[in-house]
Amino acid sequence: MTTQEALALDLTLDTKRGRRPRAGRFGLGSLILPVYSALALIFLLIPIVYTIVFSFNDAVKTNVSWRGFTLNNWLRVCDAPGVCQAFGNSILIGVIATLIATVLGTMIAIALARYRFRFRAATNLLIFLPMATPEVVLGAGLAAQFLSAGIPKGIGTVILAHSMFCLSFVIVTVKARVAGLDPSLEEAGRDLYGSPAQVFLRVTFPLLLPGILAAALLSFSLSFDDFIITYFNSGSLQTFPTYIYTAATRGIPPQANVIASAVFILAIVIVVTAQVAGEKRRKRLMKQTAGV
Amino acid sequence: MAITAFTAASSAVDAPKRRSKVALFLLLPGLLYLALFFLVPLVSLVITSLQVPDPVVFGKYTAAFNIQMYGEVIGEYGTQILRSFFYALLATIFALLFSYPLAYFIGVKVRRWPILQGLMIVLVIAPFFISFLLRTLAWKSILSDDGVVVSALKGLSLLGTQDHFTGTPAAVVFGLTYNFIPFMCLPLYTTLERLDVRYLEAASDLYSRPFHTFRTVTLPLSLPGIVSGTLLTFIPAAGDYVNASSQFLGGSSSTMIGNVIQSNFLVQLNYPAAAALSIILMAIILVIVAVYVKRSGTDDLV
Repeated sequence: MTTQEALALDLTLDTKRGRRPRAGRFGLGSLILPVYSALALIFLLIPIVYTIVFSFNDAVKTNVSWRGFTLNNWLRVCDAPGVCQAFGNSILIGVIATLIATVLGTMIAIALARYRFRFRAATNLLIFLPMATPEVVLGAGLAAQFLSAGIPKGIGTVILAHSMFCLSFVIVTVKARVAGLDPSLEEAGRDLYGSPAQVFLRVTFPLLLPGILAAALLSFSLSFDDFIITYFNSGSLQTFPTYIYTAATRGIPPQANVIASAVFILAIVIVVTAQVAGEKRRKRLMKQTAGV
Repeated sequence: MAITAFTAASSAVDAPKRRSKVALFLLLPGLLYLALFFLVPLVSLVITSLQVPDPVVFGKYTAAFNIQMYGEVIGEYGTQILRSFFYALLATIFALLFSYPLAYFIGVKVRRWPILQGLMIVLVIAPFFISFLLRTLAWKSILSDDGVVVSALKGLSLLGTQDHFTGTPAAVVFGLTYNFIPFMCLPLYTTLERLDVRYLEAASDLYSRPFHTFRTVTLPLSLPGIVSGTLLTFIPAAGDYVNASSQFLGGSSSTMIGNVIQSNFLVQLNYPAAAALSIILMAIILVIVAVYVKRSGTDDLV
């Protein structure tokens, strides 16, 4: 035993003997943080619970005061005029904008992580700036541009706008994944006489897929919930958020709560499943490595 | 959900090696898209802000170099500009104070139970999955004059019978704080999750008091998270106009610059004023971000 080891052991024993007891290990002090955290999480969930509860409200004109439980809103979602139309528009816009942003963004992310080129600093700045610009400026800028170019506002302008602000987020998400990718895997593919296209399709792309999917989901949820940029560029077109904004003056129909609640529950199920599956896979991998 | 944008910075990226024509092919479409729909709109904002109204047709403007517009809007809306940054500052501070203990608990104390940790993070980001507008409207009903909270406060004589909460500046700051807490919490969590607790043990072994350890060890080590979180909260909060809108939590005494831009652009069709205000907002934010990022020493943001 070296002196260092002895010292380390001595110190460990020292803590175990508890000459320096951690203050209040089971006392009141150690309870403050967990209790605070639980209360904080409850606070964050209050408006969500409110929204879901009021999707079951037997509302007549406005959905503000509780008038009794009903399932009618869930069974007849499209009864409120315009709400399903707006929801459909939001889905359509989200899907197309996500496709555009994901394809363009993945290409840029690969280039940033794998290649050397001039104007790298300027490129980084161009990607970063849209994320640091307040949405109201992005919205007003695009609206001014469409106005001076004489392009009428509608679904097309909203899709163009959404793809733009989703693009930067896709780039940073996918880039992190490309950077974490072991280049020797692609080298192995090339060593085995894979053509560049084969290496990309059989090695790079499958490894990047989880990152690309995460970026696509992020992009869709950004697009789906965007109000400020959309409102500047939608004209008479209603998306789900602009529908809520305009309906807020005369009262939101409970059907809007139904749609929001359904989307929320679906999203939570997806996220929790992904988390649990990821955790299971990690455990399995650890077992396998331990077995070897 | 902009977290990755600012936290990805800390994962070190090796300098790429190859030069190739492929890079150009990969970069060009996306960069052209950003140039066309991000840079060109900024230029058209500048051009619009200098236009003068057409003497005949209302809502039509002709090209000019009317730089006085900037002075006019600052004179007319100076209060709203200052107010926006003040509200955003308050919301950022409150969100930081609210989120830090929560992020610390999830990132450090719950580390031993990964599934619980994962579920708690899902709860933190849960508000992202339900419409931002509906959440704010939910608070409006909960905090309204005949709602539970205000009646209880009145019952306890903490509020006078004539007092309101919704429509006041306090309600707007409350709404901003609530809506941006997840943006603050997530980057804090990602840095605290990687915090090496052995540093804390070392500090306590050296007889440091808990508060002193926090101030000299934990806080400096979590600085990258604090920088990302405050930027992610401050920037959108300063430009927000939903919380301050009178249909939501605001009132006539709490109008923010976003509301002014929106009403000038979409209601009064006064495009030059809206454009000038947008340029001013953008310029102030860029200066604040540049100074803040320089001083906190996190350079590579993308």
